[in-house]
Parts: sequence; structure tokens; C-alpha cells
Amino acid sequence: MRHLLSINDLSATGAIGILDTATELARINDGQVKKLPTLRGRTIVNLFAEDSTRTRISFEAAAKRLSADVINFSAKGSSLSKGESLKDTAQTLQAMGADAVVIRHPASGAAQRLADLEWMSGSVINAGDGTHEHPSQALLDAFTIRKHLGKGASDLAGLRIAIVGDVLHSRVARSNVLLLSMLGADVVLIAPPTLLPVGVESWPATISYDFDSVIPNVDAIMMLRVQQERMTDLFFPNSREYSRYFGLNSERMSAMAKHAIVMHPGPMNRGLEIAADVADSARSVIVEQVTNGVNVRMAILYVLLAGGPLEVGSN
Amino acid sequence: MSAALSAQDISRALTRISHEILERNHGSSDITVLGIPTRGAHLAARIAAIMNAIEGKEIAHGTLDITLYRDDLRLRPPRTIMPTFIPPIGIQGRDVILIDDVLYSGRTIRAALDALGEVGRPRTVQLAVLVDRGHRQLPIRADFVGKNLPTSEKQSVKVSLTEIDGVDEVVIEGEAN
Repeated sequence: MRHLLSINDLSATGAIGILDTATELARINDGQVKKLPTLRGRTIVNLFAEDSTRTRISFEAAAKRLSADVINFSAKGSSLSKGESLKDTAQTLQAMGADAVVIRHPASGAAQRLADLEWMSGSVINAGDGTHEHPSQALLDAFTIRKHLGKGASDLAGLRIAIVGDVLHSRVARSNVLLLSMLGADVVLIAPPTLLPVGVESWPATISYDFDSVIPNVDAIMMLRVQQERMTDLFFPNSREYSRYFGLNSERMSAMAKHAIVMHPGPMNRGLEIAADVADSARSVIVEQVTNGVNVRMAILYVLLAGGPLEVGSN
Repeated sequence: MSAALSAQDISRALTRISHEILERNHGSSDITVLGIPTRGAHLAARIAAIMNAIEGKEIAHGTLDITLYRDDLRLRPPRTIMPTFIPPIGIQGRDVILIDDVLYSGRTIRAALDALGEVGRPRTVQLAVLVDRGHRQLPIRADFVGKNLPTSEKQSVKVSLTEIDGVDEVVIEGEAN
């Protein structure tokens, strides 16, 4: 595997291979953070044409723990803001000898375009493209779910996971539906009809408009951020109504199964899709998702960059 | 193809190595045994069990994966990372006995020394291998050897252990020249 553009680039075995690698890396890092020499001499470029906190610093930390050199550049403060094309940027990175580019871009398909057109010889890792996909986030979510609820199994068979909120604009939801269902979980999407994309009925997930009826029957609830910056129309009457029907508050949380966990990819709109006391409760694994993100991204970089052309698990 | 080492040969070699380790280190109290996965880890567990029986007390033992420290990662497909388990007593100031199945180029052991350096500072590091097949590429030698097997570089030495392969034996595959 050379690029990670979409969950569709992975087989179930490949995805489990990444999760297992991340598990071992987490164990190595347990307690004290260790610097591993594995990617010494490799250059990884973080190309962020859209704002990000978690994903960028997570990839940066992952690359640095594997001893790779990291070059960060964001749209603001680079020639991207002067209107330089993706192609010219890519060729510049190629000329600097980048072994991998981690790209975050507002246009769906930007990572695919960077990979397909062979402007550069390195690996391309999609860190979120428009409303399309965010595969590393889905992998870290699957890792978190497996760690809390997996009971030692390598996949997620038999688990039921609700993804709630702005599915329409969410690349996190799309990647998670693909990955979690591939790993054997049952996925339920809960959203107002206006925030579901066209063609959602063909996704490997069931759909519900009634949050309360689903809550007692799921093992994990993943709340999605309401992406106001992408909302060009009126998708719901007002935020109070949204919160009332699709927000996770302490009353709804008390209806959850005893073992069930609350997840959110961040950044959160506290008080809109998730109440502050829920986000900070003992059930919430939101901060742990960030920690797991570093280990999972180390595993992704290891699988893509450490070796030759074949995949982990094959001989 | 006849086996270079039979199940009995392997069992005798491991017993002898266990005695030698205890003799050289004047007992087991400062020893931490670390096996290099996959087969070295199983050999380490066996050697620790033999030493437990001889000494009548528990020997600290674990595993040390060296994949992330290899210098040949780029020459091969990405390898699966195996578990590392350092016993609670750690390696600081201890006599660490590294265990592997076959000693060949010495590169695995170099990587293991790097990996150990990240964990702590042992008092000594000693190396025990089931088979030494020669052809070293680095200035590394074993302190305890089950069997020296002269081989050509074209041959390969295949170690099978009951824990993974269902049988205990060592076979040399390929022509000598």
C-alpha cells in the first residue's frame, strides 16, 4: 500500500493490521514517550489547506516519535493563499524530497488528485478532504472502540454504534461507516433528514430519526460536530431545536447501557450537539481519542513508509 | 532432508545453556531473560522455565521486539510489530540475557542492543542462541551457543518449535555450494 486516501484502500485484514500495530506502539509508549529510529531520514510534509488542531499536531507528533523530519505548512502564510495551484505546490514538495504528504483540503477528492496525477513520488495520506473522507480519524475511532468494547477480539463484530448529527458534511461519518461496517459492527446513523446526504440508503448502515429510541441499544455513541462553516442553507430551524432532538445531554446519557461510551472527533460545540457535562463525564473517551490518534497515525506512517511494497501481514 | 538438530538435541542444548547462564552469573537473582520474537521469545520462556526448576525460584523473563530498530526495514515489506514485554523488575542494573533462535549477520542483535538502550541500562548484556550459523557482518558474538552449524550463505536454517510449528527441529535447507 502506498497511499491512504480512503477506507476503501484497506481490506479488513489491512485495517486490523494497522490497529494491531497501533496497539503494540501504544504499549511501547506506555508511561514514557519513546523516540523510535524507524523513519530516520524520511521527510513528511503536513500540507494543511484547512484549519486543524488535533489532526495536524497528531500527525506531527506521530512522525517525530518515529524520528522523521516534519515540515508543516498551512494555507495561511504560504503561497496557497496567493492562489498557487495544488500541482505547483506538489511539485515544490517533490523537489524538496518529501517522502510523504499528509494533506487536509477543503475540496473533496484533493488527496485522490494528488495521488493519481503522480506529481510527486511519495505517499499521500488523506487527513480530511472536504466532506468526503478522513480515514485516519476512522481508524483511531475503531481503535478506541476496540480497546474499550472489543473483549479481546481483533474486529468489532457484534457491536452496535450510533453516529449522530451532521452526517451530510461529515467526512468522519463517511469513513467511520465504511470502516466500522467492514470490521463487523452495526452502524446506525441518526440525523435530521436535511443533514443526511443523497444516496445514504446505499451506505452499509441503518438510519433513524429518533435518537431516544436508539440510545439504550448501542455500545457507543459518536457525536458529530455541526459544521456551521459548511452550511450554506438552513438545515434546521434553530440550534435550540437541534439540541433538543439530536443533542446528547445528561438525561439521554443516563439512558445508555452501563458499558456504553461517548465519542466525539472534536472540535466540539459544547451545548449544541453535546452538553458540557456529558463531554466531561466518565463515559466520555473524547480526550483518549486524541491520545490514541497519535499511536494510530504512527501505525499508518509505519505501514506506508517503513518498508518495501508489500502489506503488513503478508510474507 | 535430515534434521541438523532433533527435538532431543534442542532440549539438551537448552538445558545446557540454562546451566551455563546460571554458572556464569552465579545464580539467577540478577538475571532478566529477554527473547526476541517470534521463536526467540518461545526459547526464552523455555530457558526461564528450566532455570526456575534448577534454582527453585521465579526468573524474570519477557520479550523484546526489535522491528522498529532494524536497519533493513526499507529493503523488505513492512514487518508486523510483535509484542514487547519487559518484566516489572526491569533491566536497570541487571544481567540481561538476550535469546534468539539463529545468529547470522548479527544485525538483529545490533537492533536489540539499540532497543535495550531505550528501556534502561543493564549491567551486562549476554547473548544466547540455539544455532550459530556464521557469516557475521558485525563484530558481535554469542556467549551461549546451542550448536554451531557451518552453512553457506545460499542455505537457510529453519528452526521449528512446537509452540508455533508443532514440532521441535532445526533443518538446513538448500545446497551447500
